[in-house]
Formats: sequence, structure tokens, C-alpha cells
Amino acid sequence: MSTLHFLVLAPFIMAVFIPFFYKWFRQIHTGWFVLALPVILFIYLIQYLPMNETPEPLVVPWVPSVGINFSIYLDGLSLLFALLITGIGALVVLYSIYYIANKKDEPLNNFYVYLLMFMGAMLGVVLSDNLIVIYVFWELTSLASSLLIAYWFHKDKSKYGAQKSMLITVSGGFAMLAGFCLLYIMTGTFSIQGIIEFFASNAVFNEALFIPAMLLILLGAFTKSAQFPFHIWLPDAMEAPTPVSAYLHSATMVKAGIYLVARFTPVFGGIPEWFWIITSFGLLTLIWGSISAIRQTDLKAILAFSTISQLGLIMALLGIGSASFIDHIAEVAIIAAVFHLINHATFKGSLFMVVGIVDHETGTRDIRKLGGLMAIMPVTFTISIIGIASMAGLPPFNGFLSKEMFFTGVLNATALDIFNVQALGFIFPIVAWIASVFTFVYCMIMFFKTFTGKYQPEKLEKKAHEAPIGLLLSPIILASLVVIFGLFPNLLSNSIIVPAIQSILPYGPETYVNIYHWHGLNTELLMTVGVVLFGSLVFLNLKHWQEATFFLRERDPLNRLYDGGLEGLVTVSKGVTNVQLTGLLRDYFAYTIVFMILLLGWTFFRFDALAFDFINVSEISPYLWIITGVLIVTTISIPFIQHRITAVIAVGVVGFLLALLFVVFRAPDLALTQLLVETVMVILFLLVFYHLPELRKEKFKPVFKMTNLVISIGMGLMVTLIAFSAHAMRHDVNFDVISQFFVEHSKPLAGGYNMVNVILVDFRALDTLLEVLVLGIAALGIVALVKLKVKEGSDV
Amino acid sequence: MEILMILTVGVIVSVSTYLILTKSLLRVVLGLVMLAHGAHLLFLTMAGLKEGAPPLLGEYASSYADPLPQALILTAIVIGFGVTAFLLVLSYQTYKAHKTDDLDELRGSADE
Repeated sequence: MSTLHFLVLAPFIMAVFIPFFYKWFRQIHTGWFVLALPVILFIYLIQYLPMNETPEPLVVPWVPSVGINFSIYLDGLSLLFALLITGIGALVVLYSIYYIANKKDEPLNNFYVYLLMFMGAMLGVVLSDNLIVIYVFWELTSLASSLLIAYWFHKDKSKYGAQKSMLITVSGGFAMLAGFCLLYIMTGTFSIQGIIEFFASNAVFNEALFIPAMLLILLGAFTKSAQFPFHIWLPDAMEAPTPVSAYLHSATMVKAGIYLVARFTPVFGGIPEWFWIITSFGLLTLIWGSISAIRQTDLKAILAFSTISQLGLIMALLGIGSASFIDHIAEVAIIAAVFHLINHATFKGSLFMVVGIVDHETGTRDIRKLGGLMAIMPVTFTISIIGIASMAGLPPFNGFLSKEMFFTGVLNATALDIFNVQALGFIFPIVAWIASVFTFVYCMIMFFKTFTGKYQPEKLEKKAHEAPIGLLLSPIILASLVVIFGLFPNLLSNSIIVPAIQSILPYGPETYVNIYHWHGLNTELLMTVGVVLFGSLVFLNLKHWQEATFFLRERDPLNRLYDGGLEGLVTVSKGVTNVQLTGLLRDYFAYTIVFMILLLGWTFFRFDALAFDFINVSEISPYLWIITGVLIVTTISIPFIQHRITAVIAVGVVGFLLALLFVVFRAPDLALTQLLVETVMVILFLLVFYHLPELRKEKFKPVFKMTNLVISIGMGLMVTLIAFSAHAMRHDVNFDVISQFFVEHSKPLAGGYNMVNVILVDFRALDTLLEVLVLGIAALGIVALVKLKVKEGSDV
Repeated sequence: MEILMILTVGVIVSVSTYLILTKSLLRVVLGLVMLAHGAHLLFLTMAGLKEGAPPLLGEYASSYADPLPQALILTAIVIGFGVTAFLLVLSYQTYKAHKTDDLDELRGSADE
């Protein structure tokens, strides 16, 4: 175990203590205890900057026999994410201390346990090198996210959102697991670095599985990172407390999919399927998210769709960038993706926090009720304008820089002459530009509707005023980062961006990153100018647009698919359950027996196992004909007997005849036991039957009766066939008969002459001991049942 | 003889399956007892009939019947006895509580 292992486990360990802190120090907000952890982790991680050497995976064996190890691999990409998780985590915890008041019935312990669980799981996802470990942590993040969305679980919408996010992300995660397993089949290892090396050095592998593995892993990534059409869970996840939205649903968890895609770029990058799928889904998400954002009236919903759109942007960049394995010109897309990832975390984090503040101080997030807050909340206003300007892509903030690089990336993509890009590549810049226009428009909506216009105190639940400093601190820090990264982008370039790119593109030429504002009057700048002009035009004419029916529908139309699907699933499940679980013992027995018959029949058919042998049989003594005849006749008569005592005696007769057969077949011990047991059994039956009602004629419908008859004859037939075949084949198999062992060793090893007894009490004494235990349990159960007094109508 | 025994087993299994599928709780219990009988007989038949002396070393025979299946069947008989006794008491209590032994009438639970 290294320090880095403890770094992943630390949040989980901390989570164990949270309930105690919550209980013992009730006056102090639990968040203060939590805050220390991400701060310490962040400071520890920042020592690794700048990352120059390639690290070795630190392996702790977990299930080494199947290649599952808890191995940590901290390279540039992991470090970038780990810093985001701990850094934003610290700010979010600080913010939450002021956001969620320490009231009497506020379950703060739940909140922080879930939050720490998420933090640990997310660190596990980005730091692990083993795919199975990643999967475990991946699903843990889904679970934590779901729990946090449902934090205010008395609200129906919270529960709905939690269930939705859970269902979508977990099913994606499951697909991802299948993809991982396919990778394991191809490469024989679960280690990501091992897999990358495998594909780099081996040209021969099971290629049929390559594309399915890729698709399944992408399914996991797309569901987690809210790519179209799986994005619908993210807007509903906004029911979570705002610190959670800022942390999980914009800065970290939703980027796990992006991490996964970046992580697997060295494996799958350079093939057309990877390029086209990721790029097209990314661009589609980008434009869909930005168009949807304009329709929203809830500030948080705008941010949710904006997050979806920005995630699509980063995804598309990673898709385009994967072409740099073939043409180096595409590398700028990867740089843009990494840079925008950082920028998005800063400006979107601050914006979420600002929206939380507005909600906290005015009681609403509805842009139709808000307005004129500029003068009332000056600090909040200042933070917002920085965040919004950065999101809109305006200089001198960091969003401008990455937006320009994004344009460069898509423009360079058109110059590629691989994967048939020359035919369709011209669409990339067009989509990018249109989506940017819409992005600009929703930025303007957010800004103008909230902070300018008329202040309408009568529509607000609370009297608006500036937030306390504690609440403002975290967004101020993030907003300053927006400015700092905007003015001095090269602070990041060599320290963190270049190492991250080396992990995404490990075999490429050395990356050189220099980010600056002024590139001259190039296409990118003209595109930005166009975005600003056209965006403003759209915003000014928004009134006309909003009358269109398209705008009246706030909910994403895809939700209907999900809701309908879920409803259908429940209905179908209920139907199947009702058909299957009739509550009748007879039906359950029938299912079991029919299934057995079918399975055995199919096995017979499959292995062509039917065989008969009428030659190797021993002769039949005449008296045996009589015994067997009586046995069969008695057996057949039992179902027709209407009198209970007669039925019991008939069954007893079968038992005694069986004992007789045991005598004939050289099994004296069996005969003795059978006689004894049968006697006791008949007495017991008679005792109990004395109290029970008379057997009645079965009032089954004829069809029903026929079914029963067919099933029972089928079962008897099947057993007969098996017996015939087994008998015929018993001399064909090459097993050594182990019985000879008992014959030879009964005397010398156990000192007994009766072999059956020796087996029972000596060679297999443990079996007999457990048998005694079973009898003891049965006896106890019987005593308990006899003594039990059940009142009429009550359940046993 | 094996053929005859196999056919007997087939009949016993058919009848016991039929009994298990009926509505009367007691017939079901009887069916389970019969099914156990059938299984024991089948097992013994499969081990080979009439091959050698009873598995007692005092017989000084040249060959003995296979002792292992006998030991296993013995265990099965005893376990079957325990289970049957339990089932009987259970059906008795069920009858006392619900005044019926018809499985059709016993379906469902109070909280449905």
C-alpha cells in the first residue's frame, strides 16, 4: 500500500467517522471536519506538479489469480482529474457549509457521507489502472450521485431524478464492464497500461471483438458524460442541492466519461469508427444542449443543458483529436479538450455556485421572476459576469482561449484527408459555430434576465440581499482562477496540460503548448466576432422566437421515451409476475417439472445419449414378479383412493415392499432402516390424519387433469429413459469404481465388518454428523410447530 | 431384472408426480414420500443388482454388492423421514389455522 492508495481510501475512512462528528459535535457544522480532507489531498497532489517522468503502476494484489489488482497509476491525465476532484471538492465543501444550514432536522451526516463516498470513488476511477477496480469505483460514483440527488428525498422530483440518473448511468456502466471483459479476452490483462502496450506491440489479436468492446465502453462513457441521447438524466439531477450540482454534475462526475474516452484514446484512437462516433455524438450533444438551454426558465436548468453542451464540445474535440495518431494536425483538438476541461470546471463551478447564491438569497431560480439584482448583489454580479463571459467565449477570460482553440480544432479537422473527412468535414465548423451562437444567447439570457431589468420584490419569496462572505468565498476563488488562467494560460500549459496530453497520445512527437490571446486576424477570431454579433441579434429578437411552439416545451422530448419505457417496463414486469406467480403450489411444481423434462430431453437430444441394453441383465426370480406386481398395482391405485386411511396404508405398503426388495438386492441395512422408518412413518401419518379432513375427489377441470397427467407421465418416462441409458452405458465409462476401496479398507482402517456401517460412521462420518444435525433441526421445527398456537386469520 | 425395476421406478415417479400436482395438501405429502421411494429404488438399481454378497465382510464372499450406494440411500431414507415428519406437522398446523387443506383455497396472503 502506497500513500496514493491511502489517498483513494482516505475519503471512505473519513466517511466512517462523519456520523460520530455529527452526533458528538452537534453545534459545529459537520462540513468543517470534512473540509480538511480535500484540502490536504489537494496540497499533497499538487507536489507532483510538474509531472515529467512516466510513473510506474503501484500494485496491491486483490484477486491476482484473475488479474484483478488494486493498482494506482498517477500520470498527467490522472493527476489533472485528481486535482480537479480534490480542488473543486474543497471549494464545494466550503460552500456547502454556508449553503446547507446546520438546522435541527437537516441530515448533514448523510450529505457528507455521500459526498465523501463520491470523492473517494471518483479518485478511485481516475487513479486506478485496473479496469475492474475502475468499474467498481465507477458504479460507486453513480450510487453516490443518486443518493445525493435524492438528498431531499421527501420531494418526488428528487426521487425521480435519482432513479433516472441511476438507471441510465448504471446500465451504461454495465455495458462498459462487458466491454472491459472483451478487452480482457483479447489482451489477457485488466491493466490499462498493459492493454495499451499490448495493442501497440501486437498486430495479431481477436479483431472481431475490437469494435464491440469499443462500442460498449463508449456506451458507458456516453451515459456518464450525458451525451445525446442519454443526456436526459442530467437536467433532472439538478434536484440535488446546488453544491452537489456544482461538484458532481458539472465539474467532476460527468467528466468521468471524458476521462474514460481520453484514457482509451491510445487503445482505440486512430480508427475511423472511434473518430466518427465520438465526434458526431459530441457535436450533436453540443448543439442539442445549447439549443435546449435557451428554452429553459430555471437558471439551474440552463446550466444543466449548458453543461451537456460543453461536455459534447469536449467529447467532439477528443474524437477529432484521436486522428492525430495519423495526422499530427489534429493534436490541437486534444490540447483544446484538456484546456477546456479545466476551464469548464472553473467557470461552470463558479456559475453553479452563483445560481445557488441567487436561489438562497431570493428564494427562486426562475428567470421570469428575477431581475435587477445588479445593484443589490454586487459581488455575486461581478462573479457572474466573469463566469458568463468566460462561458460565452469572450476575451480576456480562459473560456475565450479554449473556444478559439476549439475553432482551430474543428477547422483543422476539415483539412484532414483520412476517414472520409474531406466529404463531411465541412459540417464540423458549421455545427460548432451555430452551437456557439446559441451558447452566447443563453449566456446573455442568464446575465440580462437575472441582473438587469426591473427588480420585482413582490415575486420573490425573500427580500434579496448580498450573500454572506462564506458563501461567496468559493465562487470568488473560482472566478479569480478564470481570470488568472485567462491572463496567464501558460501557467497550465507545461505543468499540467502537456503531461495530460502525453498520457492521451503516448507515442506521438513531443507536445509543445503555448497558449496566447492574439493570433492575428484569423478565421477563428472572425468566427468569434460572428458569434457575438449574430448571438446578440438573436437575443434581441428572442421575443419573436419564443412564440414558436418549440420554445414552449421546456422538457426535452426524449424524456417521453424514457418515461414511456420505464412505465412499459413496470407494466410488462407486473404482467409477467402475475402470470408466473399464481400463488398455487401446483403451478410452481408444474413449472419446475416441465422445465426439468425439457432440459433433460434437450440434453438427451443434444448428446444423442439415448441407449438401451437388454442383454446385460440379471435374471428375475418368480417371487420377484409377485412383489413387483403388487408394488406397481398399489402404486397406481393410490391416486384413485378417496379414503385417507386407505391411502396412507397403500403408501405404507409401497414402503414395506420396497424394504422387501432391499432384502432381495443384498442390502440388509437398508431393509432394516426402511422397515423401521416406514413403521414410524405410517404411525405418524395415521396420528396426523386422524385430525385431517377426508380426501376429496379432485375438482379439476378435465383439461387441467389432462395436463397433470401428461406432465407426470412425461416425468416418469424421462426418468425411465435416463435409467435405461445409464444402465446401458455403465460399462462404457472409464471410471474406476471407488467402492473397491471400501471393500478393501473397511477392516484394516476402520475395524468394521459391515461396510455400509463403516462408510456411514467412519469414512463419511462428517456427512452423518450433518445428517444428525438436519434431523435435529427437523425435530426442533416439529416441536415448535406442535406447540405453536395460531389464531384464525393471522399469518404463521 | 434391471429392466423390470426401471419400469417400476418409472411408474412410481409418474404416480408421485401426479400426486404432487394435486390440490390436496395430504396427497402432495404422500407424493413426496413416494418420490423418495422411487429415487431410492432407482439409485440401487443403477448400482447393479445381485452382484455378489451383501456388503458384510463376515460373509467371506469373493465379491460384494457395492456398499457406497447403500450408504447414500440409507442417509437419504433418514433425511426423507425427517422432512416428511416436518411436512406432516406443518400441514396439520396449516389445516388447524385455515380450516382447509385445499391448496387452491390456501393461495395468497393476508396482506394482499
